Amino acid sequence: MNQRLFVKGNEAVAMGAIEAGCRYYFGYPITPQSDIPEYMSRELPRREGQFIQAESEIASINMLLGASACGARAMTSSSSPGISLKQEGLSYMAGSELPGLIVNICRSGPGLGGIDASQADYFQAVKGGGHGGYHLIVLAPHSVQEMYDLTMLAFDLSDRYRIPAMLLGDSVVGQMKEALLPHSYVRPDDLPTKDWAVSGKGERKEQNIVKSLYLGDGELEAHNWRLHGKYQALREREVRFESVCLEDADLIVTAFGSAARIAKTAIRMAREKGLKVGLIRPITLFPFPEKVFRQATASTRRVLCIELNNGQMVEDVRLSVSRDAEVFFYGRPPGAGSLPTPEELCEQISRYCGEGS
Amino acid sequence: MTESLQVFSRPRALKDVPTHFCPGCQHGTTHRLVAEVIDSLDLQGRTIGVASVGCSVFLYGYFDVDVVEAPHGRAPAVATGVKRVHRDRIVFTYQGDGDLAAIGTSEIIHAANRGEQLTVIFVNNTTYGMTGGQMAPTSLPQQKTTTSPYGRDVASDGHPIRMAELLAGLEGTSYVARVAVNTPGNIIQAGKAIRKAFEVQVRGEGFSFVEVLSTCPTNWGMSPLSANERVAAEMIPYFALGTFKDRQTAG
Ligand SMILES: Cc1ncc(C[n+]2csc(CCOP(=O)(O)OP(=O)(O)O)c2C)c(N)n1
Ligand code: SF4
Repeated sequence: MNQRLFVKGNEAVAMGAIEAGCRYYFGYPITPQSDIPEYMSRELPRREGQFIQAESEIASINMLLGASACGARAMTSSSSPGISLKQEGLSYMAGSELPGLIVNICRSGPGLGGIDASQADYFQAVKGGGHGGYHLIVLAPHSVQEMYDLTMLAFDLSDRYRIPAMLLGDSVVGQMKEALLPHSYVRPDDLPTKDWAVSGKGERKEQNIVKSLYLGDGELEAHNWRLHGKYQALREREVRFESVCLEDADLIVTAFGSAARIAKTAIRMAREKGLKVGLIRPITLFPFPEKVFRQATASTRRVLCIELNNGQMVEDVRLSVSRDAEVFFYGRPPGAGSLPTPEELCEQISRYCGEGS
Repeated sequence: MTESLQVFSRPRALKDVPTHFCPGCQHGTTHRLVAEVIDSLDLQGRTIGVASVGCSVFLYGYFDVDVVEAPHGRAPAVATGVKRVHRDRIVFTYQGDGDLAAIGTSEIIHAANRGEQLTVIFVNNTTYGMTGGQMAPTSLPQQKTTTSPYGRDVASDGHPIRMAELLAGLEGTSYVARVAVNTPGNIIQAGKAIRKAFEVQVRGEGFSFVEVLSTCPTNWGMSPLSANERVAAEMIPYFALGTFKDRQTAG
């Protein structure tokens, strides 16, 4: 500990998970996230944990459901096509109020698509994805350090609210190597005990039941309102974001994950040219930093949303900004050779900053 | 004076509530057999049930043990997650034929092949009960169902799957049997098989599986009695009763 390491983003996720007490991993191989199961298969047996390479993503999410129902810290990871298969289990976990970590190191789609970095799974991640109307807690790291730190945070938030958490990365943050300063995990003291978990009745009077079926009159509506209340609490209490140079900005750039890394370089270039541009980087995609956008656009009326897709988060930005703010979009649907360069983004920034005006 | 002696009572592992099953449905009988075994092996405090999707979905309403409900077909995967966390608990799934032999084929084959320390109770009534009597992978040739109105045509619908035989062929299984609950004698045999299946898990000897031939009078359009007769006349000839694997006796 406290020694700087040079590791891959995917490894940082696995290291963070183990440090946070995760001892159960269930997954199925897919590029570009296979470093995570490989790391777990090596490390978990040494810690009396369990690693299972399941027969499919469907099986692995359901193994996670089972382990989580027992109160254990457990996780799965995959990439876009695999996450599609996990949607059934995610909906059931959301309905059963089960915590758990799901890592999506996104690749390009739709369909088999390609293996390049993509942010085209934004809708799927933040709008539910599976059936029934639910939310996951969605965190979007943009560095190797955040892959580590946000993995820990994801477990904590997930346990505290009994909502499954998704770490939404992509092949850039998953595959790149940079410095990581590992640190020991400190359990927040407000985490509730899992007295709802199944363990065998033992001496308990009442059985514990983990389920998502509610057939009684009004039961399911009440259940859904309760879930809704938790989503509202997340919106009130758990928004995380990074902001840069908003005070004097004529233009706010917004981007998450790897797009934000490229945007940060572009913003530096633009500042060097004298352009007044700032950044809002949502770290929680659900809950989305709505108020942050509303407040920031009370004075700065122009927002440029940059994404590695053809426009998804921009919809949430539009819903969040103050009334008369203008929202512009620049994105590139992913695929080999489609990653925007800092120069390209700087040009867009100049355009909307009204260079020379 | 004569003293009265109670010789028959509700198993402790079953709650004292009426079930929702149709008259003559043998889910109730099978629930009771499982509960009796849990009682007699004194497992109630350390058993975790995994409910599947089908007419048995309300398992937790009847069994007084901890229960997790799984998505349709996924009970063996959910149970795998449960058992890997609680290695000293007794974990069983209870699944219908649509659940286990159609949507969940992959999950059951792989859980069995991994030799998970689980007990699977598989209720085969040759139809999808809960959704209204559609054709199941276990429906017999020529069986009329709501989605095989002209009778199951093996040329296009395939043949009924014999799950017990299929799973017995896997290295990972330790005990595999098929029983029926259509006669008192068969019910006694079924109870013995279910007991063996749980004992295998208690001893940590691997994956155990009991297929229970069962009735669905409602969807078969039969009285409970004629449904029982159909089990003897049509089902048992195709789905032979017996033990297909017993690693203990095999030595
Ligand atoms: C993914 C999914 N597909 C379909 C269904 C609808 N469904 C509910 S129960 C069932 C069949 C159950 O039949 P079986 O497993 O044979 O049990 P039984 O009702 O006969 O006891 C189906 C198809 C569902 N709930 N989920
Ligand atoms: S529909 Fe069939 S399987 Fe379901 S409860 Fe009724 S008789 Fe039993």
